[in-house]
Amino acid sequence: MRKLIEPAVNTPSAFGVAGKSQAHESASRQVSGSARYVDDMPEPVSLLHAAVGLSQVTSGIITELDLSEVKNSQGVIDVITVDDVPGHIDIGPVFKGDPLFAHQEILYHGQVLFAVLAISTTFARQAALKAKVKIESREPCLSAEQARAQNNFVRPMHKMQHGDFAASYATSPLQAEGELIIGGQEHLYLEGQVSLAIPEEDDRVLVYTSSQHPSEVQKLIAEVLDVKLHKVVVDMRRMGGGFGGKETQAAQWACIAALLAKRNKVAVKLRLPRMQDMQATGKRHPFENRYKVGFDQQGLIQATQMDINGICGHSPDLSDAIVDRAMFHCDNGYYLGDCTVEGYRCRTNHVSHTAYRGFGGPQGMIMAEAMMDKIARKIGSDPLTVRLRNLYGEQSRNMTHYGMKIEHNLLPEIMDKLAHSADYWRRRAELEKFNASSPIIKKGLALTPVKFGISFTAKHLNQAGALLHVYTDGSMQINHGGTEMGQGLHTKIGQIVANEFGVPSDWIEVTSTRTDKVPNTSPTAASSGTDLNGKAAQNACIIIKQRLAEFYANLCAAQAQDVSFVEQRVHCNEHSINFVELIQQAYIARVSLSTTGFYKTPKIHYDRGIGKGRPFFYFAYGASCSEVSIDTLSGEYKVERVDILHDVGTSLNPAIDIGQIEGGFVQGMGWLTSEELLWDQSGKLTSNNAATYKIPAIGDIPEQFNVELFPRANAEDSIYHSKAVGEPPFMLANSVWCALKDAISSIANYKIDPALPVPATPEKVYWAVCEAQRFAAQEQPS
Amino acid sequence: MLSFLLNNKLIEISPQQADLTVLEYLREQQKLTGTKEGCASGDCGACTVVLAERKQTHIQNNQANAEQLHYRPVNSCITFMSALQGKQLITVEHLAANKDLHPVQQSMVDHHGSQCGFCTPGFIMSMFALYHDDNTVDRETVNHALSGNLCRCTGYRPIIDATLHACTNRQPDQFDQQAAQVIKQLKNIKSQDNAQQNLLTPLDRNGLREAINRHPQAPLFAGSTDLALQVTQQLRSHSTLISLSQVKELRQLEVHEKGLLLGAALPFSDIEQPLLAYFPALEELFTRFASYPIRNQATLGGNVANASPIGDMPPVLLALNATINLDDGVNRRSVAAKDFFLDYRSTAMQAGEWIEAIYIPFAAELSQLRAYKISKRMEDDISAVCAVFNIELNKGLVANISCGFGGVAATPVSIELNNILVGKPWSAASTFELAIALISESFSPIDDVRATKAYRQEMLVNLWRRFWLETNSQQHAISTRVVQVNQGQQGVSHA
Repeated sequence: MRKLIEPAVNTPSAFGVAGKSQAHESASRQVSGSARYVDDMPEPVSLLHAAVGLSQVTSGIITELDLSEVKNSQGVIDVITVDDVPGHIDIGPVFKGDPLFAHQEILYHGQVLFAVLAISTTFARQAALKAKVKIESREPCLSAEQARAQNNFVRPMHKMQHGDFAASYATSPLQAEGELIIGGQEHLYLEGQVSLAIPEEDDRVLVYTSSQHPSEVQKLIAEVLDVKLHKVVVDMRRMGGGFGGKETQAAQWACIAALLAKRNKVAVKLRLPRMQDMQATGKRHPFENRYKVGFDQQGLIQATQMDINGICGHSPDLSDAIVDRAMFHCDNGYYLGDCTVEGYRCRTNHVSHTAYRGFGGPQGMIMAEAMMDKIARKIGSDPLTVRLRNLYGEQSRNMTHYGMKIEHNLLPEIMDKLAHSADYWRRRAELEKFNASSPIIKKGLALTPVKFGISFTAKHLNQAGALLHVYTDGSMQINHGGTEMGQGLHTKIGQIVANEFGVPSDWIEVTSTRTDKVPNTSPTAASSGTDLNGKAAQNACIIIKQRLAEFYANLCAAQAQDVSFVEQRVHCNEHSINFVELIQQAYIARVSLSTTGFYKTPKIHYDRGIGKGRPFFYFAYGASCSEVSIDTLSGEYKVERVDILHDVGTSLNPAIDIGQIEGGFVQGMGWLTSEELLWDQSGKLTSNNAATYKIPAIGDIPEQFNVELFPRANAEDSIYHSKAVGEPPFMLANSVWCALKDAISSIANYKIDPALPVPATPEKVYWAVCEAQRFAAQEQPS
Repeated sequence: MLSFLLNNKLIEISPQQADLTVLEYLREQQKLTGTKEGCASGDCGACTVVLAERKQTHIQNNQANAEQLHYRPVNSCITFMSALQGKQLITVEHLAANKDLHPVQQSMVDHHGSQCGFCTPGFIMSMFALYHDDNTVDRETVNHALSGNLCRCTGYRPIIDATLHACTNRQPDQFDQQAAQVIKQLKNIKSQDNAQQNLLTPLDRNGLREAINRHPQAPLFAGSTDLALQVTQQLRSHSTLISLSQVKELRQLEVHEKGLLLGAALPFSDIEQPLLAYFPALEELFTRFASYPIRNQATLGGNVANASPIGDMPPVLLALNATINLDDGVNRRSVAAKDFFLDYRSTAMQAGEWIEAIYIPFAAELSQLRAYKISKRMEDDISAVCAVFNIELNKGLVANISCGFGGVAATPVSIELNNILVGKPWSAASTFELAIALISESFSPIDDVRATKAYRQEMLVNLWRRFWLETNSQQHAISTRVVQVNQGQQGVSHA
């Protein structure tokens, strides 16, 4: 007979912890350096180190790959190429097109040609430089324009339509058109790509990887090794940042490590140095978009045409869904009238661009904001007035261009509240006064909304599983399909489970994501981590609670629905029992204390054939107001003040949600301002390290940064009526870009909407200032 | 043999590899994996560790005060092992006392300052160093102290709050309690020249001369913030290295009657106070020079010797008519800054010579100095254009004007403006316009990752305009900057 642990007396920890600002579950370990990332794992005795050799040519045919010097280099154990792959060569996640190693053809600069295994990381990396490669170069395709001209697409064009654009445009009182060059973005997760593969008996392999999608890594490793999925286990405890960059593109490194491990029967670690990480992994898609808009004298939109061009790189990767999401979001919060949206997936000789927070949404949404500014300058109204006027309506003007009716629209209320709390109109007046008296420094102000659709647009991904174990001391382990990349998913899941059982949250251990615990999981992406896995975890809790309730109700001669779990006790009518005692009694009585949980999102559907449906369960809303100063002599600028009001439904953890909002905003600001990806004419990435690619630093954030949650429960039945928060706040940063344009426009007395490409580096701002100055000089010859 | 304290343990080792970095040593040899590698180029700060050293006494102070420990954050990824000699290397694992988190750690937890947590140990170490800084801590000092740490998750606000909270509620910690003991241990460590090793640490000019004679091909380095990049980024190996950091002649810091003598191997942090005391207008450029941890390692001598066209100090030295003092262990000579930079990364230094010190003459009393830097990001970025101007007026007329530029030619470069401007009324727009053609036509900027040629060209003229606006009394009312800068009016300042 097993001796059970004595039930503890009530501990003073917090109960009912959902909704509380609990610290990140790993915070204490993170601050003391004991939180382990893949590269920090205790190393297996046999560990060897891998490195990859990259193509220095952008496009061509490999005529010779001489690796003899690589093999003879100091400390080298093994060198592999595409010829050494026993199973699938193609690791494309959805569509084919991503060879594990270059296969005859070179498709982009930085493509992996081979891998080296050596006794140290340095030896492996030094050896990888010694390859002699002969490539017959081809003219690369490096722009959307070239790809369009050559009809060179990774996936077919998709179209969404609502009404008759041409007819409405022709009859619109006013018309405008514009185009915008939108740069991509390097993820610059602080922890680079890394995997550690440990060979086990026969064909089995255990892989630790920094990935947002362990199930896909498992599948691709199995395919590359030519084994069934059940031979591969992938373990993922935490990432040092993901942001989409480890959704599909962590798999290649895990596959290479697993392949080397299996061949050599040793543990293998592959960690990319930062420069290779930046060269060999995809980024946020650059876009080149155009619009035509018809509107009336009040600035109310009648007709819109959008031409959306995503620069996808050499392969589809996730580009189909990413360009779709850009199309879904080119309305942001506005009714576009009769509308046609066409989305092109341009194939270029770049690394395959991939998921990045917002997933195309930002590159679509910014078009809506660009149109608002343009309309405002045309009719001489304040951009905020035009924005408010064009928001989706309640009774009419409430149908999106993809046939989804907008319900529960919070934007009118959020924007109104924010305009008030940020004192928009008073500051607008003050700013105009300032600008009139300041010849060099100009200020700008903008208030922009965010409406972001929540759900994977690939319907089948909207499912999740969980595995809950309750132990006989009342402590629990919850495992689920989501991965922790800093967003606080595990913290929220722990809070949900603790809340369900009415126990302290330190009784709940959220364990590493493992493909042998919860199978067939979706990537942790699309802001869906908590929505999906939280519901699955809750489902598991409800199942166990039902078993316990039935058991206890039986003891109390009552009904299961009379049982409640509150503050470490279980109540049933006049009866009550310590939670741990009940667990122990249930164990003795042979009640199963372990279960899986499952969830699938209701209501969603989308018919790609006709471009209509309800792809989103609900929308997350928010608005931000930014004020900037620009130096017209240099184009340098400073974001002076930012006010944000954002909708997270009923917050599961306000501190974590605010962290997502602030962090998302600053990352979005980086995309729109200082983060400039540059490739040279040959197609080589030149902004290829942290010295030449500048993410926001501590001094870049606004001196005044006011962030508030909009207190409104989600009208849909999401987990505790909360809302997803990972991606939506990223696009709050649009107000910074619009405020920069506002400041520049002031030079021309607000008569022009300056062309300002993204990212708006000081140089880009400077050129836009010059354009505004030329316009002003023509208007008022002095 | 190198001797140092690793946290509280005395370590004595002779690294097998001269170019082993402190980060590799910690992670691979000591298995202290709390310190992270983010970029291996000193740009992200994930690898930040703290070096505690006995506080040096400075200029005009012959009396040694009671010794204290001075805590400096450095980027361990681009620091070679010789930097540890005689110091205490403190890593994130060492901050908590038993199970109690250090106040900066607890504050970070309480303020939700970590998300993915990968940058966190680096931030914690920078915060810990600030915790032990004597100066008052406010938002601006926090920004400076954490300028070398990138976070991709939080947007920094909670980190700033955590730092302000911890550093404005300072209580003595276990490091204060153990300081006397640590100082004693460090005092017992004797400097060694390691002349027989592959990582040589000569102690004086004779030792340096011998080291160079014996290893004429071995690179010289001080802060290693540039040389280490060859190792971590280009994967080059250096079997033998000569450290300048302990050569006593290269560590002098003297205030002369007419100028400042700054030892070439002093880290920027050590020359900050005197330099900004006498040239307060350099504050913005100085605090935007790389990042705080880099300035704790990098040296003025290194910035000059590397002769990079985008180094930020050479334009200053050009505008201030500084001289570079060279030595080969036998003969010393001085070269004017304007004669020092010959071609792309090529200087007037001969084989076997090193820079001993840089002499900067004080500017004339009524002169006005401005140092401008244009870059994509305000902090920790490399100049697209750097422009430094110094003007001396006599009754409103230009008496003397000098300048220096970076990022616009193959070398740091200066042009002669006196010929056309001396005697002209400075307040007249015509005076400003006189120099425009010369300034816009004298250089050969290029397109690169930081800026286009066209932008650089325009910035040359516009920074000249900014200088004219800012130094013209009639124009004082005009605001010219989006950042708060010290215009050099208030005298002595501290960053």
